[in-house]
Amino acid sequence: MDRKEWPLWEVFIRSRNGLDHKHCGSVHAPDAPMALQAARDVYTRRQEGVSIWVVQADHIHASDPDAKAEMFDPADDKIYRHPTFYKLPDEVDHM
Amino acid sequence: MTSAAHLQYVLRLADNALILGQRLSEWTGHAPVLEEELALANVALDLIGQSRLLLSHAAKLEAAGRNEDQFAFLRADHQYRNLTLVELPNGDFGRTVVRNFLFAAFQRPLWEALLSSRDAELAAIAEKSLKETRYHLRHSAEWVARLGDGTEESHTRSQSALDYLWPYTAELFTENAVDNEVATSRLGVAWAELQPAWEATVQPVLAEATLAIPAQTAFRSRGKLGAHSEHLGHLLAEMQHLQRAHPGAQW
Repeated sequence: MDRKEWPLWEVFIRSRNGLDHKHCGSVHAPDAPMALQAARDVYTRRQEGVSIWVVQADHIHASDPDAKAEMFDPADDKIYRHPTFYKLPDEVDHM
Repeated sequence: MTSAAHLQYVLRLADNALILGQRLSEWTGHAPVLEEELALANVALDLIGQSRLLLSHAAKLEAAGRNEDQFAFLRADHQYRNLTLVELPNGDFGRTVVRNFLFAAFQRPLWEALLSSRDAELAAIAEKSLKETRYHLRHSAEWVARLGDGTEESHTRSQSALDYLWPYTAELFTENAVDNEVATSRLGVAWAELQPAWEATVQPVLAEATLAIPAQTAFRSRGKLGAHSEHLGHLLAEMQHLQRAHPGAQW
């Protein structure tokens, strides 16, 4: 018998209106409608969400962990990219 | 003043939910995949929740000092009013899913009709339960379509599940004195009236699933009259064990 595994789906849940969908885990399911229902049954049993996205894990392209240094370290010393780097005049104190 | 028919009708609703909830609980720890394990447990918990509300309501209607636990755990098998369909053994996953589908397709129009019951408590229970049942129907229908129109093995298994279960669906719509009395007093709907809505839900899904609807037979199960199959006693022995061994136990 052919025992192919169901594909893996990453699950994103929005906990309340106005918030972002956040990654919360994954499920195995044969297709998208079933993946949504599996996500509902596994991840929203305790009122965790009002909306679900599922994305087949194969469709996510991830950055290479070995390239972390060249990808992210160059931002370390660019403190002027943070708004807190700039002193505001007193008149605009409430920015 | 509560009529005997009113109480019987509520018990029938309660016992359908209770017994199928107990059956589905048997899957815990045995389902084919984690996702379906939780899905089946969720349906079981929804049904047991429905039965708790309905049994508490029945206890109030009866006004004889019994509570929901005594109704659930201390009756003899002939005092249960559930359809024979819901007490049948789970069988394989296909049969479990087909039964859930056939039953949810019946429960949905039932709750919809009970929204306008003159019994306000029953109408409120129907409103809460309808949302749960809509999901049960959606989930089980998706499975029936995929198993029926799936591999050769899944098709064969779901067709034999349908062949096994179908004769028990006739009981859903048999004429009944309790139904007539409750319908006349507008406390409930006569189940026979739900048949067109049930068929309109069931037929297209079975067609999509490429499953053949079995021929009608003269067989009529009579669970809702208290005449059950040999399977209910075994189910009750397990379900009632704790309350029988430790009367009044709470947790």
